[in-house]
Amino acid sequence: MKSIISDFECFTPNTVEEALKLLSQYSEEECKIVAGGQSLLILMKQRLLTPKYLIDIKGISDLDYIKLDDKKGLKIGALATHRAIEKSPIIRNGFSILAEMEQNVSSVETRNWGTIGGNVSHGDPGGDPAPVLITLNAKLKMTSLSGERTVDAEDFTLDYFETALRHDELLTEIQVPALPPNTGAKFTKFSQIVGDYALASVGVLITLDKKKEICSDARIALGAVGIAPMRAKKAEEILKGKKVSDDLLAEAGQVASEESSPTTDVEASEEYKRELVRVLVKRVGGEALERAKKA
Amino acid sequence: MKKELKFVVNGESYDLWVEPKTLLVQVLRDELGLKGTKWCCDSGSCCACAVILDGKVVKSCSILALQANGKEVLTIEGLANGTELHPIQQAFIDNWAFQCGFCTSGQIMATKALLAENPKPTREEIQLAMDGHLCRCTGYNMINEAIQDAAERLQTQKAQEGAK
Repeated sequence: MKSIISDFECFTPNTVEEALKLLSQYSEEECKIVAGGQSLLILMKQRLLTPKYLIDIKGISDLDYIKLDDKKGLKIGALATHRAIEKSPIIRNGFSILAEMEQNVSSVETRNWGTIGGNVSHGDPGGDPAPVLITLNAKLKMTSLSGERTVDAEDFTLDYFETALRHDELLTEIQVPALPPNTGAKFTKFSQIVGDYALASVGVLITLDKKKEICSDARIALGAVGIAPMRAKKAEEILKGKKVSDDLLAEAGQVASEESSPTTDVEASEEYKRELVRVLVKRVGGEALERAKKA
Repeated sequence: MKKELKFVVNGESYDLWVEPKTLLVQVLRDELGLKGTKWCCDSGSCCACAVILDGKVVKSCSILALQANGKEVLTIEGLANGTELHPIQQAFIDNWAFQCGFCTSGQIMATKALLAENPKPTREEIQLAMDGHLCRCTGYNMINEAIQDAAERLQTQKAQEGAK
């Protein structure tokens, strides 16, 4: 036997309420939620996690949806798979940055089974969806037996594999506001091979004024270069209120690079990752700008 | 505590009792004796264990067997029609697309899923669809060629069936 997953008891609730009731019965140490399990099972195989109870929510079909509301924007159920998001016509038309990101999340096999809610809840600082959700100013809805609350995507991941979710809560929905007029958004990750984890990833959103000359709003998100995905707020300020040029984007890249806090690991040094941020912010920012001009 | 797993594999219904920690690949190989599905890296990194679950290609080493309850699984053993190989299998042979053969089951299952969704993929689309599959003999070029050949064979077969 190859797999050394330790024994656990498994529950398969059919509704969110059933899942929440189960969750409230067991402590954080002994109980985990599993959706697609594309990250969790690896940790369980390595025995980094040995839950006694697993609540398998993959079968809760109420949480598997992608909807567009003209006023409220895009709503993605936590159990929508990466592949469903990648292929969704709604997302490809109005939120192409999300579909482009999903296309490079791991392999087709992982995307077919893994869910966006599972990915975000896992809290890996190198994950791809979180920085894109930060770029798009998304909100995450969390549900518990005592009610619902939402947090901004940028406040969701707190540290390595730690999120704002309380133990009695489930991440149930991702809410992405409609892009303002004259807005372009782009995301790129730099990885050693296609589909691999990012060494650094950058998302940029640029909104231009009515004449499409001045940058009226900018959001820059960085992934894999800190304990959690983050906004490069100082770099955003460089762009706001100005005519965006290559030089200005280069300056924003330099500032974002200084704001990031990558660490050296087996794949790349801290200096290398900072250089990636510097180059990617300029490059991705330029692409977001082109999209904003065409929007 | 074991739980009931009712599912269909290669067209046959099964009703088993498995421990919750059991992976889909373990049930296929150890309970059903379908050893064509390879259990390789065990960390979701190589796709040698790929099977088709309700029409979608997935990694059977990264799915709890009980999550396949009520679903249909297709493995490499379910492709051939008696002794006649599936056109994708024949294309892999004719294009020398496997060397040691260990990754081949997974490659062929991913090809099956790709061509069902996109019957005429470009080379780039093939590379994107197959990017999770590792071949340590590094026969990637021949695999790409076999997939293009398989696509053509399936198109021809479809046209012939349509003409009948």
